[in-house]
Amino acid sequence: MSDDFDSVRLTDVSRHFGRRRALSRLSLSVRAGDVLGLLGPNGAGKSTLLGMLATLVAPNSGEILYGDRPARRWGPALRKRIGLLAHELHLYAELTARQNLTFFAELYGLDPRAVVDAALERAGLTERADDDVAGFSRGMRQRLALERALLHRPRLVLLDEPFTGLDDRSVGAVSDRLRQLAAQGGIVFLATHDLDLADGLVTRVALIRDGRLLSDETASTGLRARYRALVGN
Amino acid sequence: MFLKVAFLVLRKDFAIEVKSREILYTTLLFAVSCVLVFAFALVKEGEAPPDAAPAILWIAIMFAGTLALGRTFERERYGETLRALLLAPAPRPALYVGKLLGIVLLLSVAELVLVPLVAFFFLAPFFVKPLLMALLLVAGTVGFAAVGTLFAAMLMRVRTRDVLLPILLYPITVPVIIGGVRGTAALLASPPDEVTATMWLAILVAFDTVFVTLALWTFEVLMTE
Repeated sequence: MSDDFDSVRLTDVSRHFGRRRALSRLSLSVRAGDVLGLLGPNGAGKSTLLGMLATLVAPNSGEILYGDRPARRWGPALRKRIGLLAHELHLYAELTARQNLTFFAELYGLDPRAVVDAALERAGLTERADDDVAGFSRGMRQRLALERALLHRPRLVLLDEPFTGLDDRSVGAVSDRLRQLAAQGGIVFLATHDLDLADGLVTRVALIRDGRLLSDETASTGLRARYRALVGN
Repeated sequence: MFLKVAFLVLRKDFAIEVKSREILYTTLLFAVSCVLVFAFALVKEGEAPPDAAPAILWIAIMFAGTLALGRTFERERYGETLRALLLAPAPRPALYVGKLLGIVLLLSVAELVLVPLVAFFFLAPFFVKPLLMALLLVAGTVGFAAVGTLFAAMLMRVRTRDVLLPILLYPITVPVIIGGVRGTAALLASPPDEVTATMWLAILVAFDTVFVTLALWTFEVLMTE
């Protein structure tokens, strides 16, 4: 059986933390080539959903299928196909940019010599490769974290606010990168509050509020107006 | 893959520690202070109370170990890097083994300082049976670190983790501490009681086997939110 998949399907997925309900009977289906914008107010359940898709958070009920298999039947082979850029950046501040990328490359079974320099170049950090991450600005860390998440060319790309701290040029570069990933058959989940940036980038939109899916539709321009109509200001 | 990932995690922790030296210095300072306080309190006119040395050594190891465990996982909390490790395409118990080896190495370095210090202040003959003494220290350290590493990882996202870690850790590791103290005391007796020390060593090895196995078995489940 192949260690790859071309769709992700969530069926009636629920998750609560104590008495707080984070997600309630959420169903979604996403295919290769989709860039799904996960939109919703703070606390809507977007990060929990990304954590579940990343296999870090287990659903209390419902099922998530990667292709035709649930996560528990994949194990490490599934995780090799997932890249996560979370709100916290998953970088070691005490290590240099190069050391961080080298560590994660080796952890994913990659040859660091083949991927690290190219990743540093894409992040625009070649000159700062041997500086500690602790001395980087938020934007530099964000670019490095994105490259860390994509180092192993994942099929499923999970991004939580990837544009935080980025300047205009970097935003454009990241947007182009996401389009390229989708064109190459990636499945991209993009959780963001930045509707202007999401407009024109996402191909589908899922609106979530209080853990419930309000809408799952093909993206069209005028995302802000649609968001306000469904979620409010 | 399992051993490679464990080694990578260990090497990464080592690289960070070589740069910051934060955990090593704080652990050593705490352990040495602990021994010095006991020495000032208990040693009178150059005479140390009999049988105090093993207890003081293991108390220092236990307290220093708790500090090291907390700091090691605090490092993984910053930037939520433990989640990145859990997302890696590797058996998750390998991450546990990597962290465990790091803690054991760190405590071993602390013991290299602590043992001569306790021997000096409490006039204890720690080096009469060096091999058996070293085995007792390693077995005791592995047992303490095996339970501690699992609990410290589990408590990482708990706000009261600094309070909860010793509350959970000490009762469960009491057999390790008793084994370590009794085995060390047997070796410090005159003449050294090798039979008793070997018996305690066997008990410690059995404890290590049980707890490392349990930790490997439960780590993945416990680390999934």
